[in-house]
Amino acid sequence: MIKIKSRPSILNIPLIVLSLFAIYPIAILILNSLKSRQDLGLNPSGFPKKLVWSNYKIAFETSNFSRHASNSLILVFLTVTIVLVFGGLAAYSLARLKPRGSGAVMFYMLTVSTLPLWLYIVPLFFLWRQIGLLNNYFGLVLLYVALNSPFAIFLLRSFLVKIPREIEEAAIMDGASKLGVFTKVLLPIAWSSFLTVGLVVALNVWNEFQVAFILINDQNKLPVATSFFAFQQEFGNDWTLTSAVGVLVIVPVLLLFFVFQRKFTDGLVQGSVKG
Amino acid sequence: MQKHLLKRNLGSWAFIAPILLVHILVVALPAASTLYLSLTDWSGVGIPHFTGFANLHRLLFDDTNFISALKNNIRWLVFFLTIPFIMSLSAAYGLSQIKRGVMFYRVSLFLPYILPSVIVGALWGFLLNPSTGITGFLDKIGIPGFDKALLGTPGKALWAIAFIDNWHFWGFLTILFLVALQNVPRELYESAELDGANEFQRFRYVALPGIRPTLIFMLMMVGIWSFLVFDYVWVLTKGGPAGSTEVLGTLVYRTAFGDFEAGYATLQGLGMAFFASASLVSFGILRKRGWEI
Repeated sequence: MIKIKSRPSILNIPLIVLSLFAIYPIAILILNSLKSRQDLGLNPSGFPKKLVWSNYKIAFETSNFSRHASNSLILVFLTVTIVLVFGGLAAYSLARLKPRGSGAVMFYMLTVSTLPLWLYIVPLFFLWRQIGLLNNYFGLVLLYVALNSPFAIFLLRSFLVKIPREIEEAAIMDGASKLGVFTKVLLPIAWSSFLTVGLVVALNVWNEFQVAFILINDQNKLPVATSFFAFQQEFGNDWTLTSAVGVLVIVPVLLLFFVFQRKFTDGLVQGSVKG
Repeated sequence: MQKHLLKRNLGSWAFIAPILLVHILVVALPAASTLYLSLTDWSGVGIPHFTGFANLHRLLFDDTNFISALKNNIRWLVFFLTIPFIMSLSAAYGLSQIKRGVMFYRVSLFLPYILPSVIVGALWGFLLNPSTGITGFLDKIGIPGFDKALLGTPGKALWAIAFIDNWHFWGFLTILFLVALQNVPRELYESAELDGANEFQRFRYVALPGIRPTLIFMLMMVGIWSFLVFDYVWVLTKGGPAGSTEVLGTLVYRTAFGDFEAGYATLQGLGMAFFASASLVSFGILRKRGWEI
């Protein structure tokens, strides 16, 4: 038996430097959100002299955070539900039922989903304006569903094809319908990949800027990312306040990430390679 | 039997149809419509008038904004095909060779990737501000080149934005390469070690060939993405100062929703798609020729 020499700790030094490069700016954001304005001016990248928690109260109110957060939650809820239900059904059909022409659907999803947004957003914007879907969550969610479903379908399908067929056969013998097989037999086995997809889609929608920026301009309807941008344009000079709003926006993301760290990384990494 | 087969197919199609129809409605049909709209003077309202190749003539010969935006996308491409790959390949290789602390590094390197672009942009706008941030500090201790606001200086601003986007992006590549590297059999490293290979040689001749498909695929994807960038440029400079950071994404946005030249904007969008797919095609050709990495 030859054992690989234990690696010199020298490899750790660049990794520590790179980790600091990744984390330190986030730490500054959080630290600055807790400083007084005067403190921030004198000491922009260190620890606060005194923790000013009231920044959060002011930030929460001036940015109208509760409204924009609930706007985003509605968008997240609608998109995730539609993608999981209909994307899941499509993935099941493409993995198991394979109707004639399903190869063409896979090909369509692979190719058309790589088209740049700028190729179709311009006609879509004017079409939506014509039929009243601008400033309308239904119009936005339709696009979010289209943007997220190819990745969801590929990931769910690749998971569903791995489940042995025998597991379904008993249910089919008992006369279960296709939908019954999917919901009662496959879903309990595959729920974890659905959770992965749900988390990734939720993150995508919560963070999304470009499409919401184009399709929603009613101040009251802005989701968190575009509302943060608008807030920053107005109050950008007040760094303590802007940092506090920024922290409010990323706290739910960070919490979910730390709880489901593995699922997030796996989902995002696989999503890009398969989708 | 035939009827049964038809029914079976119909039922299975019913599961696919909803999501497919949505996708066709909001992606495929509008994308297809640009093929016609790009040949018109459409303003976004009313009836588009067919103008033949007038738009194309303008794009190729009169539109200096398009050319300068395209050049910026190519600069962006050069940056993103090198810096993030060098950083993430080194980090992923390092991570694949150590045993302790991998989880900590994985989490911390990936963290910037899950943050929204608007917040990353605001944060780094602050950090690169000469009076508040890191660059002010670098200037104070006498490092040249940081005396003015990077984001306000033409010629520097684009690289500053690319740097910021990369801060958010490279950790994602790292984890992706790490996952690929973990599938490289350990015995290969061991026999390389027996043959007296040093650290760099193990990286070059064991790790790199082991993840070649992932590496090539990501080079291709980053090549495509480089033509689509919008968020970071818009959030940080909106294409300024003096148009020096204008990229195709911000240009199409301005043409369509600022100038309301919707027909012409769709042609610019087609141009963008053309260059994005050119990077796809060129990788396909390199691959067919047995390009070695």
